[in-house]
Amino acid sequence: MSLRADELVIDIPGRASGTPLSLAFNGGEVWGILGPNGVGKSTLLQTLIGLRPPRAGQVLLDDRPLPRVPRRTRAQRLGLVFQEHQDGFPATVLETTLAGRHPWASPWRMESADDLARARAALERLDVMPLADRQVHTLSGGERRRVGIATVLTQSPQVWLLDEPTNHLDLHHQVAVMGLIRSLAEEGRSVLMCLHDLNLAARWCDRILLLFPGGDACWGPARDMLVPAVLEGLYGQPLRSTELDGYPVFMPA
Amino acid sequence: MAVSDLLRPLLLLAALSLLALLASVSLGSADLSLGQTLQVLVGGGSDLDRTLILDLRLPRSLSAFATGGLLAVAGALMQVLLRNPLADPYVLGLSGGAAVGALLAMLAGAAGVLVSGSAFAGALLSTFLVFGLARATGAWTPARLLLTGVVIAAGWGAVMTLILATAPGRRLPGMLYWLMGDLSQSGRPWPALSVLVVACALLLPLGRTLNVLARGTAQAAVLGVAVRPLEWLVYLTASALTAVAVTTAGTVGFVGLIVPHMLRLALGSDQRLILPACALAGGTLLVVADMLARTVVAPEQLPVGVITALIGVPAFLFLLARSR
Repeated sequence: MSLRADELVIDIPGRASGTPLSLAFNGGEVWGILGPNGVGKSTLLQTLIGLRPPRAGQVLLDDRPLPRVPRRTRAQRLGLVFQEHQDGFPATVLETTLAGRHPWASPWRMESADDLARARAALERLDVMPLADRQVHTLSGGERRRVGIATVLTQSPQVWLLDEPTNHLDLHHQVAVMGLIRSLAEEGRSVLMCLHDLNLAARWCDRILLLFPGGDACWGPARDMLVPAVLEGLYGQPLRSTELDGYPVFMPA
Repeated sequence: MAVSDLLRPLLLLAALSLLALLASVSLGSADLSLGQTLQVLVGGGSDLDRTLILDLRLPRSLSAFATGGLLAVAGALMQVLLRNPLADPYVLGLSGGAAVGALLAMLAGAAGVLVSGSAFAGALLSTFLVFGLARATGAWTPARLLLTGVVIAAGWGAVMTLILATAPGRRLPGMLYWLMGDLSQSGRPWPALSVLVVACALLLPLGRTLNVLARGTAQAAVLGVAVRPLEWLVYLTASALTAVAVTTAGTVGFVGLIVPHMLRLALGSDQRLILPACALAGGTLLVVADMLARTVVAPEQLPVGVITALIGVPAFLFLLARSR
């Protein structure tokens, strides 16, 4: 089970070209995608899950081109935590989370006890079970974020794509979500996430993909990529760094 | 949600529907007792009672039921499609097309089936006009579809005013009645009723997919929903149901707006429950409204749309205030 990008160029309006990405996202690894605003991090995730067509190259799921994989299979294997909560119709937190079972359920059956148990466990895991009967649109940004992650946890895909999963989260819940992501990788799942927090990336990512303005990209083990010289060029921001418990720590200079 | 959670409210609504139909065929310019009504329905009763109920009141009440059910289901579908709880079946300009069709037929002196057929043609024309324009402009969003519909509706409104302004005076009352919803012409309930039953049967397996679509198109797409075909299916189905309803009874307002909204406040937003509940509750509401329209100022009859508006507006405002 794997997701691969094969000579993939994402389609950013107005951008002439870009480094073709040839990457394999193997089970057990956590990838962090870093880059300044508007560089195409979200677009890359949406291209990898098939929401947008690439400009060139292709995405392969289990060695099959993504458009040839049936929708339902795709939805069973790939999950995406969106950056912003979409404006949906009124629904409760539990109903929203249960939608994650959609790719697995037959259209002729109601949700099974197992579906319900998974949704409840996911809400429990993200610390939002007390909100289960609340309307989603009445929640705070951080609570919605956790409901979004709980929905994908209920979906239980092999490959997780997360668009800034720690947005709106308080420090404790940021760490809890990173702990969840590590445990997903330990179960053999692949995780790719866009991040803006260098310290979270340094602490929890195995591999890093850097996307530069203009379309260049480079990638490698976190330890090699997360060095001040490279990151200062990436963000155009001088940095200071030190090491703590074996992990690099960054601070804007 | 378990199956029993679905059945309990639906059985309750079905019981209410039967009660409303029973009351509706009993009451009118000549009131019958419940006993007389039941006698007729099981095959007995006097000839006069039989004619009154079986030939006059029952077809009209069933037409009212079908119209209300169709409008409420169409409203619920439009609301999911546009992800706007305040959308109604007419929001995309369909009623305007139907009205222009009907008024043109009346202007030409036609009556009965010709008016209905012309209204249906107008509704379809409007549907395809909005469909075509929204599609021609590339990727559509609910907002784009809504704006196209609103502009088309405004256009129809101008044409309607033109027809009303130039129509001979003797045709005006019939035209105005049609515009406010009129069940007195609807003698044959079966086409609308069968469309309602078939639509509910077809929509039931789509219920959970519609729940996912209600979470937003991108979310639905990553959960394996073929979003664009589903959206067109929902749009065309809602339009067809509305067209049949408008053809049966003219443009009856508020049913497609308030019934789904009230049901969601009472029962939650699971489409598997809401869609069949809309069919039953919308039908019941219009049967009651039509009964009132026939009896309040008897022997005069009011357009049923006046009654739905009089019931609908305060009920809607009350629910809206309470839901906060």
